[in-house]
Amino acid sequence: MSSRSSSSRSSARLGRSIALHLFLAPLALIWLFPLWMMVIFSTMPDRGIFSPSIELLPHGNFLDNVSNLQRDTNFIGAIGISVSVAVTYTFLSVLLTSMAGWALARYQFFGKGVVVAIILGTITLPYAVVLIPQFIMVARDFKLANTWVALIVPPLFNSLGVLFMRQSFSMMPGDLFDAARVEGVKEWRIFLFVALPLARPMLAALAIILFLASWNNYLWPLLINSKPGAMTAPVALGTLIGLTKVSWGGIMAGAVMLTVPMLVVFVLLQRHFVAGIAAGAIK
Amino acid sequence: MRYQNATAYRFLAPYLLIFSIFWLWPIISSFLISFQATRTVPWRFAPSFNWGRLIGDPAFFNALKNTLLILVIQVPVMITLAIVMAVLLNSPLLKARGLFRFAFFAPVVVGEVAYSAVFRLMFNLDYGIINKLLNSVGLPRIDWFSNVTPAMAVIMIAVTWRWAGYNAIILLAGLQSIPQDVYEAATLDRVSKLKQFFYITLPLLKPIIVFCAVLSIIGTMQLFTEPFLITERGGPGGGTETLGLLLYRQGFRSLNFGYASAIAYTMAGLAIAISLAQLWLTRDPK
Repeated sequence: MSSRSSSSRSSARLGRSIALHLFLAPLALIWLFPLWMMVIFSTMPDRGIFSPSIELLPHGNFLDNVSNLQRDTNFIGAIGISVSVAVTYTFLSVLLTSMAGWALARYQFFGKGVVVAIILGTITLPYAVVLIPQFIMVARDFKLANTWVALIVPPLFNSLGVLFMRQSFSMMPGDLFDAARVEGVKEWRIFLFVALPLARPMLAALAIILFLASWNNYLWPLLINSKPGAMTAPVALGTLIGLTKVSWGGIMAGAVMLTVPMLVVFVLLQRHFVAGIAAGAIK
Repeated sequence: MRYQNATAYRFLAPYLLIFSIFWLWPIISSFLISFQATRTVPWRFAPSFNWGRLIGDPAFFNALKNTLLILVIQVPVMITLAIVMAVLLNSPLLKARGLFRFAFFAPVVVGEVAYSAVFRLMFNLDYGIINKLLNSVGLPRIDWFSNVTPAMAVIMIAVTWRWAGYNAIILLAGLQSIPQDVYEAATLDRVSKLKQFFYITLPLLKPIIVFCAVLSIIGTMQLFTEPFLITERGGPGGGTETLGLLLYRQGFRSLNFGYASAIAYTMAGLAIAISLAQLWLTRDPK
């Protein structure tokens, strides 16, 4: 009797498992399809992309497409700018947000409630209300259009990162820091040499999210760095979309160069990625 | 704990400095600019110049209508899909979990420009893979970008593809924070899996679902890149023009900063209303 009910339960489990996979596998294939097509297009010559046949497997034209792209716009140069900007931005932003997160987690001070309220308030504030004066200020008043500073400095303020770091630092045992204080260690040394090393996994998650945000940022770089030699890679690629005499194989090769490195990072560091994104919501 | 004002503000100084210059001042400034006529030099104070134009501007109402239409359809579809993804990814019966996670989460790292380019090519009338596939199963091909309804559909499909996994990540983390013994007790009481989903999972997940919905609404409300690149500057004939795109055209093509600021503050007003709705939806029942 008990064996019969357990076998019927396990066959029900099997049925549910099959149904689950039958539903999820096609959905996963649909979801992978645009990425797959991006790769396929990037390996096809333009006359292949614009032919009536259905091509779902890679060809060998990737490098030709890269040189087509390079003929249409200086994409390699733009990649150089994007990489340098993203690396600098990530380093500075991790430092700034963890300093602020540390102060909010570990000190009692006048105006703390106001600072926290401001940070929370900006999460749901549309970027649109910042954009225009930010542009006027950076381009006209500071004359910084088409510079690295313009790309790096204004986006340094971010709210979710600070909340994430505040959370990380406030979960650490306070005794540890008090012990260092008793020894007479200065606060900035406690932050740099005790707290930051302990927060390494959280810093990794934060760094990945910030790097990605900078790498993919489009609207602000489009507005502020519109001169050909100063464009980031997404902006340079965006200028080609919609042109009539342009190599679509080249555009797709550019899309692959923007996307595939991030996918590799994502696969290698999925845990940190997921932690960084989930941290925004789970407080 | 004793007050440590000096130390705390030394740590906060660089962050707050950036905030004050590049965010706080612009937030105030764009409010002030919205009350000025900005196409004369010098700018002059004219309270009804932009706001008066806004309430009588068919282009504004067209963009507002399109934005709200996308919001009302795309966000619920995407959130529902994200919940389904999260719940199924969380199932103990799932094999090859890593592969499924990769499939749904990968779009999170894809930039707007890269994916806009791919979607534009995939939905091309003559050579797009979507129309080729429709044809190959005997269906008529669709002129996606020459008609408003299919063009809107492409925008919504693209945004849903890009963001469903992102929301699923957040929801999955929420699911995993629900204690397992709640489900074990329910299973012992012979509560079906479906009932468990509706009576345990959904209510416990509600604050996170609302959070995802609010972030998605605010993101979709500012939609810019997709109509800019996929449907070619809001085409056909303004049929996919959004508030974000109108703001871009007014602010940065026509250099009409005052009018663009009024559009921006309309979006802020909508965002505030939505945030208040969130607070109301997730309030503690008394």
